[in-house]
Amino acid sequence: MNALQQYIDLYDESREVFEQQSPDLLNALRREARELLQVARLPRKGSEDYEATDLESVFAHDYGVNVNRLPFDVDPENTFHCDVPNMSTCLYYSSNDAFHSSATAERNIGKVVVEPFCMAVDDYPELMKAYYGKLARMSDPTVALNTLLVQDGLFIYVPDGVVAERPIQLVNIFNAALDMMVQRRLLIVVGKNASLKLLACDHTQSPDYQYLNNQVIEIVALEGSTLDFYDMEESTPLTRRVSSIYVDQREGSNVLIDGITLINGFTRNNYHVEVNGEHAETHLLGMTIASGEQHVDSHTFISHNAPRCNSNEMFKYVLNDNAVGAFAGKILVKPNCPRVEAYQGNRNLCGAPTAKMYTKPQLEIYTDDVMCSHGSAVGQLDEEALFYMRTRGIGIAEARRLLMQAFVADVIDGVRLDALRDRLHYLVEKRFAGTLSNCAGCMAACKKNQE
Amino acid sequence: MNDIEKPEKGNQIIEEAAQAEYKYGFVTDIETEVIPKGLDEDVVRRISALKGEPEWLLEFRLKAYRHWLTLKAPTWGHVHVPEIDFQDISYYAAPRKRKAGEQKEMDPELKKTFDKLGIPLEEQLRLSGMAVDAVMDSVSVKTTYRERLAELGVIFCSMSEAVKDYPDLVRKYLGKVVPYTDNFYAALNSAVFSDGSFVYIPKGVRCPMELSTYFRINAAQTGQFERTLIVADDEAYVSYLEGCTAPMRDENQLHAAIVEIIVEDRAEVKYSTVQNWYPGDKDGKGGIYNLVTKRALCRGDHSKVSWTQVETGSAITWKYPSCVLKGDHSVGEFYSVALTNNWQEADTGTKMIHLGKHSTSTIVSKGISAGHSQNSYRGMVKIAPKATGCRNFTQCDSLLLSDTSGAHTFPVIEVGNDTSVVEHEATTSKINEDQIFYCNQRGISTEDAVGLIVNGYAKEVMAKLPMEFAVEAQKLLSVSLEGAVG
Repeated sequence: MNALQQYIDLYDESREVFEQQSPDLLNALRREARELLQVARLPRKGSEDYEATDLESVFAHDYGVNVNRLPFDVDPENTFHCDVPNMSTCLYYSSNDAFHSSATAERNIGKVVVEPFCMAVDDYPELMKAYYGKLARMSDPTVALNTLLVQDGLFIYVPDGVVAERPIQLVNIFNAALDMMVQRRLLIVVGKNASLKLLACDHTQSPDYQYLNNQVIEIVALEGSTLDFYDMEESTPLTRRVSSIYVDQREGSNVLIDGITLINGFTRNNYHVEVNGEHAETHLLGMTIASGEQHVDSHTFISHNAPRCNSNEMFKYVLNDNAVGAFAGKILVKPNCPRVEAYQGNRNLCGAPTAKMYTKPQLEIYTDDVMCSHGSAVGQLDEEALFYMRTRGIGIAEARRLLMQAFVADVIDGVRLDALRDRLHYLVEKRFAGTLSNCAGCMAACKKNQE
Repeated sequence: MNDIEKPEKGNQIIEEAAQAEYKYGFVTDIETEVIPKGLDEDVVRRISALKGEPEWLLEFRLKAYRHWLTLKAPTWGHVHVPEIDFQDISYYAAPRKRKAGEQKEMDPELKKTFDKLGIPLEEQLRLSGMAVDAVMDSVSVKTTYRERLAELGVIFCSMSEAVKDYPDLVRKYLGKVVPYTDNFYAALNSAVFSDGSFVYIPKGVRCPMELSTYFRINAAQTGQFERTLIVADDEAYVSYLEGCTAPMRDENQLHAAIVEIIVEDRAEVKYSTVQNWYPGDKDGKGGIYNLVTKRALCRGDHSKVSWTQVETGSAITWKYPSCVLKGDHSVGEFYSVALTNNWQEADTGTKMIHLGKHSTSTIVSKGISAGHSQNSYRGMVKIAPKATGCRNFTQCDSLLLSDTSGAHTFPVIEVGNDTSVVEHEATTSKINEDQIFYCNQRGISTEDAVGLIVNGYAKEVMAKLPMEFAVEAQKLLSVSLEGAVG
């Protein structure tokens, strides 16, 4: 069986439609993707880097693909009135894979560019040409598939020296009355000494259908830039996501990526960071709270290609019921890159006999003057701490909840936006209490919620 | 830092270290019976016939050989094993036996060899208090203390003798821990294995002395494929040591061994290795490819296996002494120091498979890389869903002594239940300059300081070695390390 074949066939049948509706820049890479996919196979469970995850079965389902880009009847402006309390953001939506902007988007005009690819290729042809498809590696079949089928994407550009005053918020909504696969694609370029904070959250509106989001995000952080990217997933048990984030960091840049999974079905997050400049700083944070049949697999690769740069990783998992968690992280320090400091941590709580955790922290070091470490632990809540709380009159369920919240707190504390941090603490509290419903959990307070 | 001349001194020390001779690189001029190069079913049959083996063992070899033909050499290791021409190796080499009547006496040349290596083959050397099985190329040449051990019911002999004298025992256990289908080199070994040691400790016996095997590759263009089987019955205890050396040659030689250990209820086996195969010269020419499969099965409740290894030799090491912890409350331990210098490559580690309830395991791995070498730790800790209440602690540290060497860790952890605790931590760094500075200040030369620090760094593992070996291992470390200051 080859799950990719159905998509290759679809592309071959509708090649003209794909090409007519997309900019030339996107079409230019399709041929290469098509050739690679012809011989590629999606990894099965147990293969290298996919110890716990079977991508073949994820893609094998017969999803609908919106080849003709039919508009879906959704009015995001009215359905979602997303806003984090005490924080004003510039809001953008994507319904399936079509992008919309909201009234609040006006706030950034003249400073930060947020445009769909179809406009950006005309407005910023050099940038698009210089960076689109340059970081993402098509040796990964999911990236090749995205490149083959993608018809539009979102281009975010912060010009040199511009500090985006307000965070940009991107709300991705799945909304279709059929099983569907979308190819989301983002290209983020943060100019020299520029700064951007980006919030993205994934939601699903119709919980009865199976969705697959195969997304590719390319991030270029130029010299001295700062980027905070908070990526939250809070969808439904039938929603699947394969996300590949590729980062190119230049000298003195500072990139923070925080991936949070609260509710999902199946998720595979790939983080691929190339640290290409001295004094660059990378922070990768991840937090997963999974129960039921949730499956979350994070895979990180940080390559230190320059001296005197440092990275910091911390991924925490709380697994209950039949949830499966996987983490694989590799730190590579290339030859002649002294004074690199790289730390990686992975801490996991297994809260049920049937929950499973796979972890594979790796170091590959080719320079001697470095400080690198990784630590990984799988265990349970501290019995003594639980006992202590119970002697103080706190019930076992409440005590467990408090300890679990404390366990993930340091990942949340890594968030560099006060309002968002408070909001996340609140959401996690609700998640552990089991009162986080689909809509209420939106990083933004929904209109429906406020009523 | 205190001195400007330090880098210069560092270079000088490196030069000295690079020129340090491999002490065991001599060749013994001894008549050797070598079968022609090449491998096919006839060769397998011939090895079996030469050793006068029973039909079932030949069958076992042939099955393994046929399976081997279907396999490809593994490439996943972080080592560069060049394509080995398996037809260019001789699979059996034996020091030629003397005529009848003279058989009881050892060949004086052979004896000299083992004397040079410091192996007490003469039982008069009772002070050393160790029973030794010496294996030269493909055959075991002498086993000491056999009679005394036999009084206690302990069987310690070469594999070929065991096949003849205790066929039922061998048949019962051979290939039960490492089946011939296990991997490429295990299949090859199962087809052509020559000699090795067989140890059986009966119920309730605590083996009164350390058992030891000394492996020596002597003949050129041969491979060594020994096979060791250790069985500790209920409540038995044995400490087993293994040492190895080979002559200096420009060509690479293959060593593909299998070690199987079976531990029954409340029994304990301690297996220590000081591996000092010829590592190749300073340009990476020659050396042994050490590609071995070692595995212990803790079959009984409360059983215990402890692997301790000091790896300083071999051009390429590919070795993962593992524990299958099947019995409830069984214990697995792995202590390792792997030192690589010049162009050596080591990919070593362990697997701890927890199947029994409340089983525990400890892994302490210390890697030291100097020169242009690559040193990797690869390990797996797997807790089966039914293995509740298990505990694992893993620590792997890497020390880098030069900016051209590499240190890598590739651990895999799988936890299948909610009552087990697994911890893993790893660090990579170079020798602390402050510590060297402190030693310099106190009049200790940089070279000695490095020796001190590395010995301190490896102490945790060295302390687990039996006395006799600890001394040898410490010397080995300082010789291999001599001033490899980056």
